[in-house]
Amino acid sequence: MKGIGVSPGISIGKVFLKEEIEAKVEKKNIENISDEIAKLNAAIEKSLKEVKSIYEYALKNLGEKEAEIFSAHKLMLEDPEFIDFIKEKIKLESVNAEWGVKEASNKYISILENMDNEYLKERAADIKDISKRLINNLMGIENISLSTLEEECIIVSKDLTPSDTAQMRKDKALGFVTEVGGRTSHTSIMARTLELPAVVGVKDMTKSVKNNDIIIIDGEEGTVIINPTQDEINTYKEKRKAFEEFKNKLKELKNSKSISKDGYKVEIAGNIGTPNDIDKVIENGGEGVGLYRTEFLYMDRDKLPTEEEQFESYKIVAEKLEGRPLVIRTLDVGGDKELPYLEMPKEMNPFLGYRAIRLCLDRVDIFKVQLRAILRASAYGNIKIMFPMISSLKEFRDAKQILEEVKNELRVEKIPFNENIEVGIMVEIPSAAIQSDVFAKEVDFFSIGTNDLIQYTLAVDRGNENISYLYSQYHPAVLRLIKMTIENGHKEGIWVGMCGEAAGDERLIPILLGMGLDEFSMSASSILKARYIIKNISKIEMENMIEEILNLETPLQVKQYIDEKITFKH
Amino acid sequence: MYRETVVLKNETGLHARPASLFVKEASKYVSDIKVEKDGKEYNAKSIMGILSMGAAMGTTINIIADGKDEEEAVKALVELVNSKFGE
Repeated sequence: MKGIGVSPGISIGKVFLKEEIEAKVEKKNIENISDEIAKLNAAIEKSLKEVKSIYEYALKNLGEKEAEIFSAHKLMLEDPEFIDFIKEKIKLESVNAEWGVKEASNKYISILENMDNEYLKERAADIKDISKRLINNLMGIENISLSTLEEECIIVSKDLTPSDTAQMRKDKALGFVTEVGGRTSHTSIMARTLELPAVVGVKDMTKSVKNNDIIIIDGEEGTVIINPTQDEINTYKEKRKAFEEFKNKLKELKNSKSISKDGYKVEIAGNIGTPNDIDKVIENGGEGVGLYRTEFLYMDRDKLPTEEEQFESYKIVAEKLEGRPLVIRTLDVGGDKELPYLEMPKEMNPFLGYRAIRLCLDRVDIFKVQLRAILRASAYGNIKIMFPMISSLKEFRDAKQILEEVKNELRVEKIPFNENIEVGIMVEIPSAAIQSDVFAKEVDFFSIGTNDLIQYTLAVDRGNENISYLYSQYHPAVLRLIKMTIENGHKEGIWVGMCGEAAGDERLIPILLGMGLDEFSMSASSILKARYIIKNISKIEMENMIEEILNLETPLQVKQYIDEKITFKH
Repeated sequence: MYRETVVLKNETGLHARPASLFVKEASKYVSDIKVEKDGKEYNAKSIMGILSMGAAMGTTINIIADGKDEEEAVKALVELVNSKFGE
């Protein structure tokens, strides 16, 4: 059977069919209204108690974030609108409390399920969950929980509620199969958190199996095999072994250095947008931050962030990195990123217009506040400053001049900062790449921003779908510029990094290593895989292919060449 | 009656945790508190009501309270919204 694989991995095991004893709610006329209300109140009390104990269990076993759901369940069970709606039904229509609960929950479920927002759609599951609990308590049906699983099993159910997964015995669950749900449904999120394979959206699943049937689930392909043959079991056991081995291999790499087979060391870092992102980078073994996009501090608000706000946001990241490098890119707005409160004029060509360093050199007042905040934070960690959108040497010199002014101000005020802070540029405009020999004499480092470098080199708007086929990181012209920048940087003894999407591209990592790139900065989730690749290739071998690759004619040829010539076993 | 207008600036709007925090704060006051969005009113003390409002980032809402502690209530809720719910 086929469903949607939502959490990778393979499990083979016995079915535990979580049978939905669906309480049949019938509309009944009642005689004693106050008795019915008392019954409702008692059921609410009992449900609140149950939810409270699930909350405490979840807090202890799953953490604060998961437990919050049950704090929301409590609010729902106490919701005045919801409860009043039920009571009104009982009073005005003399119907049973169960019926009232059903009507009230249906009302809110249908509103939420029709919303154009995945998160809110998911909340319908919470209302279903508490309503089921309330109805079961009204009818005296025990709420079944997965806390009593006795042997290892794969849980098969119509759907799993937050209460189900929170109470489930984690040591006995091998995976989930449900009939409903998608990638963002509660079951899927839980499965990924618990690292259990899961397949959702398998039609008629609960009708197709019985307890103790053996099934195989593949959470990547979305396959479910019921009562498999010995051959199938063997095939999937092999597959499971390979998957587990690869997963463990990646995990083991968390604290290891990024060194190629022939002993060449590089640095693999993470890109971040907000201070919270740093935790994921550290969790995945990032050796630093190669790009801190500071725009978020300026966006979605109605005025500029203060020096103090910025200082705090930079300092906390620097401290968490405990001495590992943190490259902070100064304000990069304009183009597709607007700040309404700056009232920037609409432009014909925003990507070629008033943005990034161009704006900062014009609005020195804004620029200085940020530089002060960065310099102050530099006393708390290994911070480096990077200017974006540099197209000519004068821009870099002007920016550096302003930085010196700010340093002087701090010296006069006796505010500490790192006197030797490194200052580099983003190489994302072809002119900077072409003149990188000149720049290299004055800057402390280069970081190649491939997203814009591709866009400007190929004259392809990266947001325009009609021409997206022209946008390629494999374009030989782009690769030549990258090679040139790295070479020119090394000639002057400075390090060269990359912080665009290309740095995390599995195909390009070997090529970039061959070209001598020193630092690869990417999204946190790509770090371990990148390190794995680096460790399994040899720099010398890659180096020997570079010339041939740069002489290829088209992006497609480059891609095919890499796929044919460069292999590393998974 | 006391009212104030405020724009949701936090990333998730009045969806996840913020909705719970908002309702919990509103429930501390005795006044009747309503949230108005696009001409429709929702009970500020009802989690299901607030969720079904579907207020995303950038939405403008009016917070209206009527009762003994109306001004205090509105001010506290506005402050909560402006603090971006600690996101």
